[in-house]
Amino acid sequence: MTASLPAGADSPLPPDVVVALRVGSASQWRLMWWQFTRHRLAMASAVVLVLIYLLAAFCEFIAPFSPTAFNPRYTYAPPQRMHLFDRDAAGDLVWRPHVNGFKVTIDPTALRRTFVIDDTVKYPIGLFVPSEPYDMWGLFTLRTKLFGPLNKGDPMYLLGADRLGRDMLSRILYGTRISMTIGLIGVTLSLLLGIVLGGISGYYGGWIDHIIQRAIEFVLSLPTTPLWLGLAAAMPTTWPPLWIYFFITIILSLIGWTSLARVVRGRFLSLRTDDFVTAARLDGAPESRVIFRHMAPSFVSHIIAEVSLAIPGMILAETALSFLGLGLQPPMVSWGVLLQEAQNIRSIATAPWLFAPGVAVVIAVLALNFVGDGLRDAADPYHQ
Amino acid sequence: MMTESDKDIVLEVKGLSTWFETRHEVIKAVDDVSLTLRHGKTLCVVGESGSGKSVTARSILNMIPKPGRIVGGHIILHNSSLGWSKGGPVDLARLDPKGRQIRGVRGREIAMIFQEPMSSLSPVHTIGQQIIEAIRLHRRVSHAEARAHAIAMLAQVKIPRPEQSIDSYPFEFSGGMRQRAMTAMALVCEPKLLIADEPTTALDVTTQAEILDLMKNLQSLYGMALMFITHDMGVVAEIADDVAVMHQGRVVEQGPVDQIFFAPRHPYTQKLLGSVLALEKRSRRALKAPRQEGGEIILEVENLGMRFAGRKRLFGGATGQEVQALDAVRFSLRRGEALGIVGESGSGKTTLGRCILRILEPTSGRILFKSRTKDAVDLAALPMPAVKPFWQEMRMIFQDPFSSLNPRMTVLQIIGEPLRNYGVASGAEIEDRVARLMQRVGLPPEMMRRYPHAFSGGQRQRIGIARAIALRPQLIVADEATSALDVSLRAQVLDLLLDIGHELDLSYIFISHDISVIRYMCDRVAVMHRGRIVEIGETEEVCENPQHPYTRSLISAIPKPDPRQRGRAGRIRYEPEGAAGS
Repeated sequence: MTASLPAGADSPLPPDVVVALRVGSASQWRLMWWQFTRHRLAMASAVVLVLIYLLAAFCEFIAPFSPTAFNPRYTYAPPQRMHLFDRDAAGDLVWRPHVNGFKVTIDPTALRRTFVIDDTVKYPIGLFVPSEPYDMWGLFTLRTKLFGPLNKGDPMYLLGADRLGRDMLSRILYGTRISMTIGLIGVTLSLLLGIVLGGISGYYGGWIDHIIQRAIEFVLSLPTTPLWLGLAAAMPTTWPPLWIYFFITIILSLIGWTSLARVVRGRFLSLRTDDFVTAARLDGAPESRVIFRHMAPSFVSHIIAEVSLAIPGMILAETALSFLGLGLQPPMVSWGVLLQEAQNIRSIATAPWLFAPGVAVVIAVLALNFVGDGLRDAADPYHQ
Repeated sequence: MMTESDKDIVLEVKGLSTWFETRHEVIKAVDDVSLTLRHGKTLCVVGESGSGKSVTARSILNMIPKPGRIVGGHIILHNSSLGWSKGGPVDLARLDPKGRQIRGVRGREIAMIFQEPMSSLSPVHTIGQQIIEAIRLHRRVSHAEARAHAIAMLAQVKIPRPEQSIDSYPFEFSGGMRQRAMTAMALVCEPKLLIADEPTTALDVTTQAEILDLMKNLQSLYGMALMFITHDMGVVAEIADDVAVMHQGRVVEQGPVDQIFFAPRHPYTQKLLGSVLALEKRSRRALKAPRQEGGEIILEVENLGMRFAGRKRLFGGATGQEVQALDAVRFSLRRGEALGIVGESGSGKTTLGRCILRILEPTSGRILFKSRTKDAVDLAALPMPAVKPFWQEMRMIFQDPFSSLNPRMTVLQIIGEPLRNYGVASGAEIEDRVARLMQRVGLPPEMMRRYPHAFSGGQRQRIGIARAIALRPQLIVADEATSALDVSLRAQVLDLLLDIGHELDLSYIFISHDISVIRYMCDRVAVMHRGRIVEIGETEEVCENPQHPYTRSLISAIPKPDPRQRGRAGRIRYEPEGAAGS
């Protein structure tokens, strides 16, 4: 770029000058956004994540059934296929979404019930169908679901049914809310701890740094699974589910803050010696302004990236704890709780759809990791 | 029919174009470049940063970083001893960049030396292992033979005690020794062409002189062609036979060194030489307004000492080695005076500048500073909070125009920061004053809402200057303020500093490793060596008639941008007692 700009806006600028002008007055966040959008996988994952959190937010409305509604006629019913078209009496294709019914046969020797899809029985389904009244966000009562069978009581198990004949799809959707938020809340807690302790450690250095770092090493040296087990076992069984939920997040973040504290400390240490921080001190900026106005903007982006990489760890930890029966307890529904059902060999053999919550975990964790990756690449738009 | 002069040709570059294609644009890093490299001759490729010199060198070896690629032209290697070419000419541009054939050329026919000897040697292998590997990649010899050959090579590049040094790791070597080892490695297979990409830029000037001597000797011994890439016209004058001047990816002029220096035809060459020669004498601006004698002394440094403590071991064990960075430094500075501080890396000049501002804590001595209103105060004795108000009157300009400006603040915020923090101005007044400051340093004020990354290196340094003068200080410590700039920008920035200095009656402490910059700018100069000031005096006096042996060796090592004076002035070597040379 040249020192003097072409005078007057009427002279057409060459395209590279336009780009340079646009980039030149772009703030850090805009540059980061440009960088992030270049990471295709991260962009796609971000869309997936937004969808997942939308599902979590509106799960009451989207889930076709209540997570606790059961039907003993359909225990371990396999997933049905959704058909969108049907043939009318004349044999022409018409728009009529439906699912097929089941034919139940009983194996005479093993006395095992087997479901066979019955093509002759058709249960029509549709959008915005009436349902049992339910609470939306605990605020108001609704009587309409996004989709479901048109006639109340018709079976619709798009992802199959579990041991009590409950709809897996509805339960997974409800589980999304718990599992995806437990990560957010847990990370927020560890972030607070990590920023405060890591910031103190990095900025002041010396013996304070020494003590905090040794404390971090101590926490990291504790074997996590037994610690979680112990803390979870100490939780009174009489507690209401919401308390248990918060207690679990606290347990998870007690371990999680250490890595964030290290990241924050590292940023502080490397920035402290940067010339522009020295310049800020010489410019008479008070300590607080040096930290919050000059240093903080250059590591906030890194911390966001680090946080988005920490959430999957939280989700996996919750899933693991609940799978072992030590985390959340039924009737709360999380992906880990749902996976408890898939603990025995029988489910692998006869009802593999019980693993569907595991697929949900994989999708969510991968999406978060890819987004975190993209954010990390975009976090520093000035050094490439 | 080949003529006699054609037989000398080792490598011909014809119409080479290397482009970097990104999604938005095509950068023509090298555009239709033609060069000829002859047996036993040195071709200097000279140009400013971004002119495409390094990409040209890498194109010859077909090692271009992505997304660059050779889009046209030929690189013809003559008389190669490669088996598959049967001695005929080979077009390197046509070879697969990852193929076996080009690998046979690299290192054996054409070798390369890089700028940064630390990062181009592997830190986990000994020097010997790396040289022996280079030998055995291209020749079928036993390990013992290769080792003997490596030792002989190390002796040839004048590494002391080669039998022992061969088993050293690169970190045990100094910068100059590492560059010698790199040279030895490049020459083990007796290449026909040696490409040296700014091999002396990271080195001190005395070490640079040694390496240049070495290269000349080796060339006369082996007779290889040398392609020497540099931005320093002094180095060109010292070693070139032919010169190619590059500008924006093109060779704008090429010819014998004498013709380039004394009859340059292209305007860019003339401009480049002009800015180099401008730095060869005192600035006219500095002469125009001679400093008034007997001005008031504003800074007096007495017996300043600074030790970097060695690392303390855990549990209070023995401490590591202490480093005496400053040792009884004393000088005084008058109002309106520019004092240069010159020295090689590690001489303590940066530490001195930072101690005066109390960014670093001196361990002994006094720093008497007289502000405009008050009497002289000893800064070294003040507690930290009491030093802060003095930072309005003592400002700093940093070396690196990239890291010294916060990339996340606009220019308005950066220049306005001292005004705001010291309560000099607020609100719209800040904007006004920043606009005037930007105008003063030659930047259009309309650009104040841009971020630093929109500016070039020279412009950023101007932003740094505007920030430094915002508070109308009395003293500016400029630490290598022009070292990161291209030579054509240096004189401009120095002139700006001189003009502002006269306007504001400023004193400068100007720290640099480059004596030409100091001669241009400063009234007096202090020469530092190992934490001490070994000589201080009028700049002309010290440059023309140096008294201390170290100053003499320093001055004699500076390459003069005049090929006709080559080898006239003998080199003087300074060996302080008990110290090993480079």
